[in-house]
Amino acid sequence: MVSLGCFLLPPAPSSNYKKQMRGPRCCLSAFCCKLLESHWNVTVFKLFSSHPLFPFFEAVYLRINNKLVPISELRRRNILVVTVSHSQITRLYSRFTSLDKGENGTLSREDFQRIPELAINPLGDRIINAFFPEGEDQVNFRGFMRTLAHFRPIEDNEKSKDQNGPEPLNSRSNKLHFAFRLYDLDKDDKISRDELLQVLRMMVGVNISDEQLGSIADRTIQEADQDGDSAISFAEFVKVLEKVDVEQKMSIRFLH
Amino acid sequence: LLSVSSLVCCSADEDVDEPNLSRSFSLRYEPDHGGAVGSSQDTRLHVFTVDYDYVQIPYEVTLWILLASLAKIGFHLYHRLPRLMPESCILIAIGALVGAIIFASDHKSPPVMNTSIYFLYLLPPIVLEEGYFMPTRPFFENFGSILWWSVLGSLLNSFGIGLSLYGVCQIEAFGLTDLNLLQNLLFGSMISAVDPAAALVVFEEASVNEQLYMMIFGESLLNDGITVVLYNIFIAFTQMHRYEEIESIDVFAGFARFFVVGLGGVLFGIVFGFVSALMTRFTHNVSAIEPLLVFMFSYLSYLSAETLYISGILAMTACAVTMKKYVEENVSQNSYTTIKYFMKMLSSVSETLIFMFMGVSTVGKNHEWNWAFICFTLLFCLIWRTLSVFALFYISNKFRTYPFTFKDRLIISYSGLRGASSFSLAFLLPVNLFPRKKLFITATLVVIYFTVFIQGITIGPLVRYLDVKKTNKKESINEEIHMRLMDHLKAGIEDICGHWSHYQLRDKFKKFDNKYLKKILIREHQPKSSIVSLYKKMEIKLAIEMAESGMKISKSSTAASQSGRNRHVHRLSPAEVESMRDVLAHNLYQVRHR
Repeated sequence: MVSLGCFLLPPAPSSNYKKQMRGPRCCLSAFCCKLLESHWNVTVFKLFSSHPLFPFFEAVYLRINNKLVPISELRRRNILVVTVSHSQITRLYSRFTSLDKGENGTLSREDFQRIPELAINPLGDRIINAFFPEGEDQVNFRGFMRTLAHFRPIEDNEKSKDQNGPEPLNSRSNKLHFAFRLYDLDKDDKISRDELLQVLRMMVGVNISDEQLGSIADRTIQEADQDGDSAISFAEFVKVLEKVDVEQKMSIRFLH
Repeated sequence: LLSVSSLVCCSADEDVDEPNLSRSFSLRYEPDHGGAVGSSQDTRLHVFTVDYDYVQIPYEVTLWILLASLAKIGFHLYHRLPRLMPESCILIAIGALVGAIIFASDHKSPPVMNTSIYFLYLLPPIVLEEGYFMPTRPFFENFGSILWWSVLGSLLNSFGIGLSLYGVCQIEAFGLTDLNLLQNLLFGSMISAVDPAAALVVFEEASVNEQLYMMIFGESLLNDGITVVLYNIFIAFTQMHRYEEIESIDVFAGFARFFVVGLGGVLFGIVFGFVSALMTRFTHNVSAIEPLLVFMFSYLSYLSAETLYISGILAMTACAVTMKKYVEENVSQNSYTTIKYFMKMLSSVSETLIFMFMGVSTVGKNHEWNWAFICFTLLFCLIWRTLSVFALFYISNKFRTYPFTFKDRLIISYSGLRGASSFSLAFLLPVNLFPRKKLFITATLVVIYFTVFIQGITIGPLVRYLDVKKTNKKESINEEIHMRLMDHLKAGIEDICGHWSHYQLRDKFKKFDNKYLKKILIREHQPKSSIVSLYKKMEIKLAIEMAESGMKISKSSTAASQSGRNRHVHRLSPAEVESMRDVLAHNLYQVRHR
């Protein structure tokens, strides 16, 4: 276990790009560095090595084992780096701590359920579940940030950079995958009629008969289904939403 | 319509009708009693008489309207023409033709246009239709940007054009030095009244993205109100300060009045909207008067606001927007259709009349041509619009989730078509205050012709060439459901982040709405889900289709739902998709909160 200090820089405009290549820079306040050092853990990074987040900060350095390692080196070795502006991270951290009533640095499901608006959100439970990785009951700040990273707006300059590299978490495809996972509880990569019915029932309420809801679900599947398996696969889901401006619907501006 | 035109006729002719009527009656019947008065030469009973003067005004007005309607029909029949040019082009062309005929035959044209007729009868239907059919959600989502752009854009344009023209007028060589600053400012405010109806048609046809459409739509909605307010303020200034200098206190008063007039209008409209919605709650036994209520209350809001010199246009718009949501739930289906079509009909008639009159006055004696003024007006209109677009959007882009690209901004600056509003305002200038009124009229007409014909024709190809981002019109029930899911998801994530955004504002408004407003204003309030309303309407439509065409479509669909696992792939026909699209637009944002 190696404790890792992360330098998080605000998104760099391209003109400063070359400037930052030179020396190590710390653009974060002491508070930020301290808070990050207690929450970031390099072994956990390696678990997610196939999903680097925002791979465009060449010049950020990480201190691993008291050695400064440039991010480019980490990317070569497929270790991820989070990039969010540090004003946002302090704000989200204060939100995290205000939710964390047990004060143990992690959030449980009950902590989320205490948010009043979430309790009346039809999809509240499923959204909460999306924060918790497979089989775990606690989410730390890193996981919290990682889930929220899906809702970062896509910027134009991100699209052109690094087409060969792995996809950032806030790409259109990953956003759609996030929404898909809200339906697909059993994680078989298909939305079956029952799963669709469950979500419809949550969104529509109790005034509607099961039969009507069933017809709606059937019609939905018929519209989307192309390979005839009476379920919606991820590819079909993407196809059916190809005209929808997902980037705007699933972006939260302040995470910019 | 005939009542309107007869009203026109009465007010214009000042009760000439009554004596006319009695006179023609007496002329016809007298000869029978043995030629009492020697003035009439016809002592026999005439089987066939012609009395054109009696019906002249309504007759000609009706003829104009019919002519314009025929032109519109012909325009749309030849299917290539709508792609080439906007409808307003045809209307103006027909108007010019009629004007040429009237001019050539030296006939006195019907006095359709004076201040009171325009502001009392011709303008309200147009404004009402725009306000009633406004898509509320995109409007309020972009409300900040729209407000910023319309208000500041109009102000910037008016003052910019006015001041630049004043600068040009100072140059001795052009012979314009008698136009003082106020007159130029007034002209600037008049000419910056944008009427992008033609641009909107092009956008809709090309399905450009919603944001762009809403910006132009919102601008046209608010711009009318703002320009009229400015116009009235400047006229008041001109009347007040013919002899004295303008003091700074008056300028501040002008600013304050601008805000009072604008905001006051909106408040007025909202109050009237609620009252009329409340009225419609109790009309289920007298559904025939429901359209009447809607129209009369909106008109009343306009007139009441005008009484107090508050912006009637903004009042009517606010009234229509507020009223629409609750009225649609309360009124019967027939009333809803009546309201919709009657509104469209009225506004179409008004617009036609205005354009025709514009064409008629083109071919006439009220022109004064001055190369410098006209060319510079045109130039400044284009320059200032582009400048204001880029300056204002540069700032507002910083606050938007979806910033406008350069292409979008180019399209917005190019779609500044002028239309009926500028012309009407120019035509209604009081001559005693503006001795060079004819110059203004000519300049306005030139700008209108230029923008409508040249820009109107080229904006279509431009939009297609620039390949502006297209809209995501929801075409399928999949999209409806998944987008609803995403809405809930986004709201949930924002709650987790503790972030206050306009989504939360909208949610809070909806909660307030459901808890209090709907209970008071709507008949039997049941929270409805739009997905289910959509489904119900689809089934009804399907049943109607089945009954009409005799096909057994619905049987296979119910079989599908019962078996749950069938092999019949029922592809939705375009008619169904179209009906779903209409229904979605009608039922969209009635999310039920548990």
